[in-house]
Amino acid sequence: MSFVLTEEQTALQRAAREFANERVPTTHLRALRDGNDAIGLSRERWTEMAELGWPGIVLPEEHGGLGLGFAELGLVLQALGRTLAPHAFLSTVVLSGSAIALGSDARQKHEHLPKIASGERLFAFAHEERRRHARHHIATRAVASREANGGFRIDGEKSFVLDGHVADMFVVVARTSGDVDAREGLTLFLVKKTLPGVTTQRLSVVDARNAARVHLAGVEVARADVLGHVGRGVEILDRVLDRATIALAAEMLGGIEEAFERTLAHLKTRRQFGVPIGSFQALKHRAAYMFCEIELSRSIVMEALRAIDANRDDVPMLASAAKARLSDVFLQVAGEAVQMHGGVGVTDELDIGLFLKRARVAQLTLGDAAHHRDRFARLGGY
Amino acid sequence: MNDELETFRRECAAFIEAKCPASMRTPLVREDEEPWGGRRPVFTHPDTKPWMDAMAERGFTAPTWPREYGGGGLDEAHARVLEDELRRAGCRPALKSFGLWMLGPVLLQYGTEAQKQAWIPGIVRGETRWCQGYSEPGAGSDLASLQTRAVLDGDAYVVDGGKVWTSHADKADYMFCLVRTDPSARKHEGIGFLLIDMRAPGITVRPIRLISGASPFCETFFDGVRVPRANLVGRPGEGWTIAKALLSHERALISKMRDARSSEDVSLEALARRYLGTDESGAIDHPSLRDRIAQANLDLLCNKLTMRRSEEAVRAGLGPGPETSMFKLYGTELSKRRYELMVEMAGFSGLGWEGEGFEADELVRTRSWLRSRASSIEGGSSEIQLNVIAKRVLGLPDDPHGRGRE
Repeated sequence: MSFVLTEEQTALQRAAREFANERVPTTHLRALRDGNDAIGLSRERWTEMAELGWPGIVLPEEHGGLGLGFAELGLVLQALGRTLAPHAFLSTVVLSGSAIALGSDARQKHEHLPKIASGERLFAFAHEERRRHARHHIATRAVASREANGGFRIDGEKSFVLDGHVADMFVVVARTSGDVDAREGLTLFLVKKTLPGVTTQRLSVVDARNAARVHLAGVEVARADVLGHVGRGVEILDRVLDRATIALAAEMLGGIEEAFERTLAHLKTRRQFGVPIGSFQALKHRAAYMFCEIELSRSIVMEALRAIDANRDDVPMLASAAKARLSDVFLQVAGEAVQMHGGVGVTDELDIGLFLKRARVAQLTLGDAAHHRDRFARLGGY
Repeated sequence: MNDELETFRRECAAFIEAKCPASMRTPLVREDEEPWGGRRPVFTHPDTKPWMDAMAERGFTAPTWPREYGGGGLDEAHARVLEDELRRAGCRPALKSFGLWMLGPVLLQYGTEAQKQAWIPGIVRGETRWCQGYSEPGAGSDLASLQTRAVLDGDAYVVDGGKVWTSHADKADYMFCLVRTDPSARKHEGIGFLLIDMRAPGITVRPIRLISGASPFCETFFDGVRVPRANLVGRPGEGWTIAKALLSHERALISKMRDARSSEDVSLEALARRYLGTDESGAIDHPSLRDRIAQANLDLLCNKLTMRRSEEAVRAGLGPGPETSMFKLYGTELSKRRYELMVEMAGFSGLGWEGEGFEADELVRTRSWLRSRASSIEGGSSEIQLNVIAKRVLGLPDDPHGRGRE
């Protein structure tokens, strides 16, 4: 698939940029943060995005989606990344939506996917349990109940669940057998927020976006709420995490571009010693190096998004390549952006610091650069 | 692909099958087997010349150049098909030539009809070998400050001065050379682009030894060398414009030029397994070097993807995007990083200069590491490339004191 955008993709990109600038600019994030919004996400804006069809971009048409690809979804995420807009694409669409689309039976798909596409139902993907991303480390136990209905009882604690306190439903990754780090023995469950034993604790995170700790204490779920096959959850989990990793990288690319462009504008207008500071070679060269890193980042993100759409078997490797690179480059660019803005760069009044905060959270979400370089090497057989 | 291109593809495949000897479908490893041509050609391999001649006969050494000057007369799509087929068959380059890569494109753009007729066919056929006379001892990154003078005397320019980093000057037949035609003009405006016969009296060539040992680089001195006036390309003050056009070809080339000795083709992980070993899980048994290898491989992948993205944009008629300006910079910096890793992971085995106690490939890699340090200096240093990106792509303002030029 080509790197050159089609007419339709260009139109979508333009629409997404306009929406981000008009409906969810950085002032929107600030309003949620400074107004101590109860959930840190505007369901009203999410509904607006749903009216444009975006949560359904990658969902099949038969379930209310648009049946487009990740190449298209990536353009929307990139645009939202530019204004640091809070959204539920990762939690609801890419993580949970993909899990349901890839692993669910017809009944579950029919039940959930149209509501995801319409923006009515928010999901969270309850997976992480450690202090940093660990793909198959699942201690949460799901034990088959002795009663005849064949349900399960889930006990455990999830450490960093995106939109965990906002969601109406969870996809919970739990262990039905095997050791704590085994790939085998994982099972995915659809869990209603209202079930007894489910509690969430919102985390106030540095980027003012949404994450929560989720406690599962003796949560009884029915056999019908198993997503996919018991003990074989890893087949879905790995694909879902790769997709989400790539989608997050696309959002990060937007943040990188915006932070860099704002910094370039500053270099051209801010004057010291009687000249624009952008005329100083010490700053020029760093800016030029960042330009290179950003161009390489753009290429790997586009390639990875297209690989998902083409169902290629190098998606895992590209996901790790993208996330490793984007994690490093976002922190580098956001850090340089703050430095090059000088004193005003470390004030809360200026937006530029918000990009540094987002870079830090995004870096650790779904695995940092070191984690993904390790995985990239392992997938390469070394 | 349309039928016409498919027919051409079959034609290329048949041509290769008929004309490319099996030995020329093996990787070119030995530097002395490189096909440089010229008036005094060296063909250490017996099949090199027939392959070069067969390609030149069809104009395939310069596929997109006009047929009237011996070129292949192909459009981009056909040239790409030819290139694909050559690559698919693993063919060695039929001709390596600064005439093809650098001089030809600017001659086609700036030369007179007579100059094109006189010089281009010899380049296509590999009959003339060229070298580049740009840098001087006092004019490196600040190339436009060059001092080699060309003074008009009747029908000839008389050239005095000296050039450095003239690759293969000792083997070349001609030099395309930047000379100062008007010392009173501003520095960028008094420069001419002159074609000089290396046999002319008054020329002395001396090889330069690099930190990596012997090198193709030379110093070339001119002492009252007479050059026909007709050998000036463009107008007397137009040399800088031509030089810059040529430099863009050169920069694209240095980033693209790949052969069997390219750092890209060396598997870092294979070397790591050999020198560092693996743990029970099969991972390289040296966490920090393994991390750096992964980073280098990942960056190489991203760089290749970016080059492909750029090619696709050009083919879609969107023109080369701003990303093209980074290829020379990033390609050479990445190559240096890869060679550093190769030497570093070899441990003591990476320290050999020559002789017993080291494998042949180890000695080559260590020399290549040292040689790679020149790649980010020649053809416009990395610092100059950064200036170009800052100014041309990012639109950052000039330093008011005139520092940091392209």
